Amino acid sequence: MADLEEGFTLTAVPLGSGPDGPLGVEQSDKTDQFLVTDSGRTVILYKVSDQKPLGSWSVKQGQIITCPAVCNFQTGEYIVVHDNKVLRIWNNEDVNLDKVFKATLSAEVYRIHSIQGTEPLVLFKEGAVRGLEALLAEPQQKIETVISDEEVIKWTKFFMVFRHPVLIFITEKHGNYFAYVQKFNSRILSKYTLLLGQEEKCVIQSFSTSVGRKFISLMSLTSDGCVYETLIPIHPSEPEKNQRLVQSQLLKSVVSGSARSGAALSILDQDHVAVLGAPRPASKECLSVWNTKFQTLQTSKELPQGTSGQLWYYGENLFMLHGKFLTVIPYKCEVSSLAGALGKLKHSQDPGTHVTPHFVNWETSQGCELGSQNSEQSKRILRRRKIQVSVQPEVPASTQLLATIQKDSEKHIEVELRKFLATKRTPDFHTIIGDVVIGLLGRCKAEPSFYPRNCLMQLVQTHVLSYSLCPGLMEVALEKTDVQILQLCLQQLPDVPESVTCACLKLFLSIGDDTLQDADINMESVSDYMDPVQDGEMEEQTTFLQNGFNPEEDNCDSCAQKLKEKPQAAADESTSCPLTPKRAALLNAILCSAYSETFLLPHLKDIPAQHSTLFLQYLYFLYLKCSENATMTLPGTHPPTLNQIMDWICLLLDANFTVVVMIPEAKRLLLSLYKFVKSQISICSELNKIEVSFRELQKLNQEKNNRELYSIEVLELF
Amino acid sequence: MGEFNVHRVRFFNYVPSGIRCVAYNNQSNRLAVSRTDGTVEIYNLSANYFQEKFFPGHESRATEALCWAKGQRLFSAGLNGEIIEYDLQALTIKYAVDAFGGPIWSMAASPSGSQLLVGCEDGSVKLFQITPDKIQFERNFDRQKSRILSLSWHPAGTHVAAGSIDYISVFDSKSGSAIGKMLVDRQYMGVSKRKCIIWGVAFLSDGTVISVDSAGKVQIWDSATGTLVKNHLVSNADVQSIAVSAQEDSFVVGTAEGTVFHFQLVSVTSSSSEKQWVRTKPFQHHTHDVRAVAHSPTALISGGTDTHLVIRPLMEKVEVKNYDAALRKITFPHRRLVSCAKKKQLLLFQFAHHLELWRLGSTVATGKNGDTLPLSKNADHLLHLKTKGPENIICSCISPCGGWIACSTASRFFLYRLNYEHDNISLQRVSKMPVFLRSALQILFSEDSTKLFVASNQGSLRVFRLLEGGFTHLHSFQPQSGTVQSMCLLAVSPDGNWLAASGTSAGVHVYNVKQLKLHCTVPAYNFPVTALAIAPNTNNLVIAHSDQQVFEYSIPDKQYTEWSRTVQKQGFHHLWLQRDTPITHISFHPKRPMHILLHDTYMFCLIDKSLALSSQQRCCCGHAVMQFGLRAQPAHGALVPCEGGVGGARGEQQMALKEPLPNDKTLLYNPLPPTNESDVIRRRTAHAFKISKKYKPLLFVDLLDEKTLVAVERPLDDIIAQLPPPIKKKKFGT
Repeated sequence: MADLEEGFTLTAVPLGSGPDGPLGVEQSDKTDQFLVTDSGRTVILYKVSDQKPLGSWSVKQGQIITCPAVCNFQTGEYIVVHDNKVLRIWNNEDVNLDKVFKATLSAEVYRIHSIQGTEPLVLFKEGAVRGLEALLAEPQQKIETVISDEEVIKWTKFFMVFRHPVLIFITEKHGNYFAYVQKFNSRILSKYTLLLGQEEKCVIQSFSTSVGRKFISLMSLTSDGCVYETLIPIHPSEPEKNQRLVQSQLLKSVVSGSARSGAALSILDQDHVAVLGAPRPASKECLSVWNTKFQTLQTSKELPQGTSGQLWYYGENLFMLHGKFLTVIPYKCEVSSLAGALGKLKHSQDPGTHVTPHFVNWETSQGCELGSQNSEQSKRILRRRKIQVSVQPEVPASTQLLATIQKDSEKHIEVELRKFLATKRTPDFHTIIGDVVIGLLGRCKAEPSFYPRNCLMQLVQTHVLSYSLCPGLMEVALEKTDVQILQLCLQQLPDVPESVTCACLKLFLSIGDDTLQDADINMESVSDYMDPVQDGEMEEQTTFLQNGFNPEEDNCDSCAQKLKEKPQAAADESTSCPLTPKRAALLNAILCSAYSETFLLPHLKDIPAQHSTLFLQYLYFLYLKCSENATMTLPGTHPPTLNQIMDWICLLLDANFTVVVMIPEAKRLLLSLYKFVKSQISICSELNKIEVSFRELQKLNQEKNNRELYSIEVLELF
Repeated sequence: MGEFNVHRVRFFNYVPSGIRCVAYNNQSNRLAVSRTDGTVEIYNLSANYFQEKFFPGHESRATEALCWAKGQRLFSAGLNGEIIEYDLQALTIKYAVDAFGGPIWSMAASPSGSQLLVGCEDGSVKLFQITPDKIQFERNFDRQKSRILSLSWHPAGTHVAAGSIDYISVFDSKSGSAIGKMLVDRQYMGVSKRKCIIWGVAFLSDGTVISVDSAGKVQIWDSATGTLVKNHLVSNADVQSIAVSAQEDSFVVGTAEGTVFHFQLVSVTSSSSEKQWVRTKPFQHHTHDVRAVAHSPTALISGGTDTHLVIRPLMEKVEVKNYDAALRKITFPHRRLVSCAKKKQLLLFQFAHHLELWRLGSTVATGKNGDTLPLSKNADHLLHLKTKGPENIICSCISPCGGWIACSTASRFFLYRLNYEHDNISLQRVSKMPVFLRSALQILFSEDSTKLFVASNQGSLRVFRLLEGGFTHLHSFQPQSGTVQSMCLLAVSPDGNWLAASGTSAGVHVYNVKQLKLHCTVPAYNFPVTALAIAPNTNNLVIAHSDQQVFEYSIPDKQYTEWSRTVQKQGFHHLWLQRDTPITHISFHPKRPMHILLHDTYMFCLIDKSLALSSQQRCCCGHAVMQFGLRAQPAHGALVPCEGGVGGARGEQQMALKEPLPNDKTLLYNPLPPTNESDVIRRRTAHAFKISKKYKPLLFVDLLDEKTLVAVERPLDDIIAQLPPPIKKKKFGT
């Protein structure tokens, strides 16, 4: 939710400029410090958070500053132009502007632009552009004329598009507007004619741009109070030709047309714009934040003392003239999130401090689209820092690992990962592990041949992963039918969704035995009650399996054993396991995983009838195994508990009952299950009777102790 | 120690009356509790929750409100329309003032303690000024439509919230005008109830008003705007009481379902200063309505119809693990309600309005430990003696010979002569009571039943000679000049020479009955006396204090005995000190002067002074200590009076107490020794404390003769059975 905070006045003394307002507010090379250029003779450097000036420089009496001062980010020097042609360059230590470096140019300067990461540019009034270095090398060089006569530059902006500087400037001639886009990597100047959407001519009052992937979005605020958007292609198809661009209306009547001192517009981020101006003809001027996506007014703030129709937006601060003072209004836009709605983020930030990027845009951070020029800038800084960091010797191990994942071989990754896991765990260990898994999965998706199974196994076994940390992991494993990873995931991840559990179940039931044969599956949950004997029976019972026959090498042995044990096995057919131990181990992982019935049931309905029969058969087998001993538990480590087995039987029957009763084999199974359950119930009712009689016994005993009002007892004291 | 025939008596049909109000006084750390029969009890929370004073009830005086004001003055108000102030020194009612507003439902003292506000049946709120010796009516607040059931002052004293039926009024306390009215929703779980009674209100200093009502809601209001801020539905039944802590960071409410809920002011997020009231803990220590709650700095106190006073410590507020860190449930009065005529094997039970006399049965059989012997003669109910008038009995006594019964209410003293002719009993009331003998706090007969000692509430002790059919006043021991200290406990030596008397706080005075003068005063101790007795032959005075210390003082020598010094030097066993009910009775073995019998509610103990205090054997002690839970810890020295608390009078003892307690790891409760072991081992493992926890809850234990004990038990189940049924709650599976 967008939020304008309480503003504060930056200048204690009124700017001597009158209604025109300051010439400009520009960022300096230090965060939180801004150069404010008076329309008279003064440049002041302010520290915004302290609300105090750090330095002030003035040109001589009689001279006048014509272009706002900027900071050369490469050198940290400040540049200003006075009397249209005289360039001054100074730094913080200088006191007197008269004594600093001076260069007199041959043409009149419109603006100097300076942004992070590139050298400053000088835009001349005739439309020519020069780099500062080139200009200083030869100040009196000839400056060509680019734009036609009577064409006047109205507005200009300099920004980086994919590390290449781009300058855009808008000119006006007889009510027609033209946009020039100068790209410096190709030194192409494209000219566009802006076509206004409506018939009647109206004056454009303010412009603002943001950079997208393919287009520069130019927003303009016209005198009829509407905001229009024009998309200027970054890579024009026919650069040299004069093209026409159509404006589309974005917002209607955000300000009244007849504002006293004009209106201003600034793009805050992808969806938000700030508009300065009077919303209705009679009302006071306001600063309002609009959401362009939903065309809603987010917040607004009245500026009763009037303003100058100038608005600057840097970082999270909006600068404007309020009355005679330059006012800063911090702006904040939190992405609405569930946590925010639930109040968890409420007041999570101390209002006193302004942490730089408190607007997190997930799309921008993933690089889909660049937000406003400001987030572009901050992103650039980050990128630069990252590059610097990678040069330094002490790179965080995690970053290095992530880089390794993107390019190295599987084996190398494995080695690196092992190294990383061996190091000490940081508090954010689990997020790093999550990132690593996501990185690996991302590469898996990109390169079908890449499947770092061992790495993934290792990562899952760190016990810190959860399903939500690496949402793609189980999907990938399902795709690759990697039952081993799936088993591990079911055992380790605490929050596997029911749909995925069910997908695993389907896979485990349908996967061929030959595939299972090769899989290295953790068998500890079945080892104690599953003798590798019953493969023989299995052949008979599981003929409806897709790959029913199991060519195990110990098949002969088991046959031999089966021969020996035949009488017993025949006598009690149901005590033999209908599954191979490996499949049983996989299914046990499912039985032991957490689920919610409501979410599981719909998915269970999708299991093919024969598979659900098989699963039921297995559950019945486990149930019988459980009831073999008095404690009603299965032997072994981490076996499914009786409750889990019962729950799954109920679930499976609930989901598939109508289907299962139609299958002859299943019918037989159900009947025997019914018989067994019935016998259990009769046992339980008998137990109940016994318990009741014991309870009476206890009651009798108590009565004897308590109910007598008077007795004489013998007590020996020791 | 030997075998005893124990007369296990469960026919004392005593039912404590339900708790109606509690009022906590932070200044003195005392708790006043009023019961439905009008009794008011005062518990000293600093002295192990000992019930140190009580004011007997009165049938027509149903207390509805109780509060402390002006420091430590205690007021109550009730349905008879009177405001009563209690005299905490003389243990009498100072005065009663009619408020002339019909029954009084609520009362609150102003934060400064100088004004008293009562809410009446007729809807009036009356302000009284508290003058040094009385209260003075000052003003009526704006009259409301219906009865005022609850009142609360703003901590600054500027406003008053009053809970009525269906609404809460806010008054300006200066002008007395109603400035706000907050209507409470009658809806109860979606069904409209007839009326919504505001059982309690609490005014916080930020202007918040918290109300509890009969629809089961706890509501938080903003009194400035009269809006409902938050609604907690805590119960299906009435929420009947509320108490707020002094810091206003937590409060407690009690419901008719017996649940007590703790609410705390909790920060919304860890960093912000915004706080809200959150229901944090539910406690279910009661079976019936919780009619009253109080909030001491460290504990939640609740009481209700089920007669228990529950003190639940807030563990986050308790710093050291000591007496205050344990949950307390006080059910029985900390005084004797039973007296016994040993020779005739008679028991006299004291009820609120009558006395019962029982004769114990007998048996001819013998048996071994644990046997129940067949009765040759069952116990007889001999007498049911009703007092006239609405007042409750304060105290009663039967003479050792069984020939006299004396009892007293707040205004009348009764003495009866009993004659036994075979199985018939004739009772004759001794008339012609002297004018000065109108009420007594404690009555005692001498061992030979020739003298009667009466402690009256002006601090005087009167001695009477009993004659056949009459009595004469012998002497009156007056309190020392200036002190009005009521004597609550009396003990007379078996030879009739010495009389010991202890008041509510000062030391124990010993009088010489022969010479009729004060013999000596046992040095003052900072915990109240809970029981005292004088041993035969030696004339040693045994004194039990509420901190579980037991002293033995030799009256002839006017000093502590050697045994007492040894005990203090070694210190009592920590399990002994951790018992949570006071010793209410001490008696002696008639033949063996070395044996002292003491009992509290949950155990009785025979101390054999001839044996070592603790067994040196440690073979089985670990087991036993673990069985009783708490381990010894260094901090529990804090329980033992030490350092300055004792004062100079017990210098030597003070020194002894500083030493570590050596017997902490040894055994206090003897397990049954293995029978196959030889006598030598038995003797070596034996120690002085012979404790039995077989009978509980105990109201009385005494030695009838050398081989016979009588133990009067009152099982809690029997009490619960006589209470009105609690609100039925659906339980799963029933």
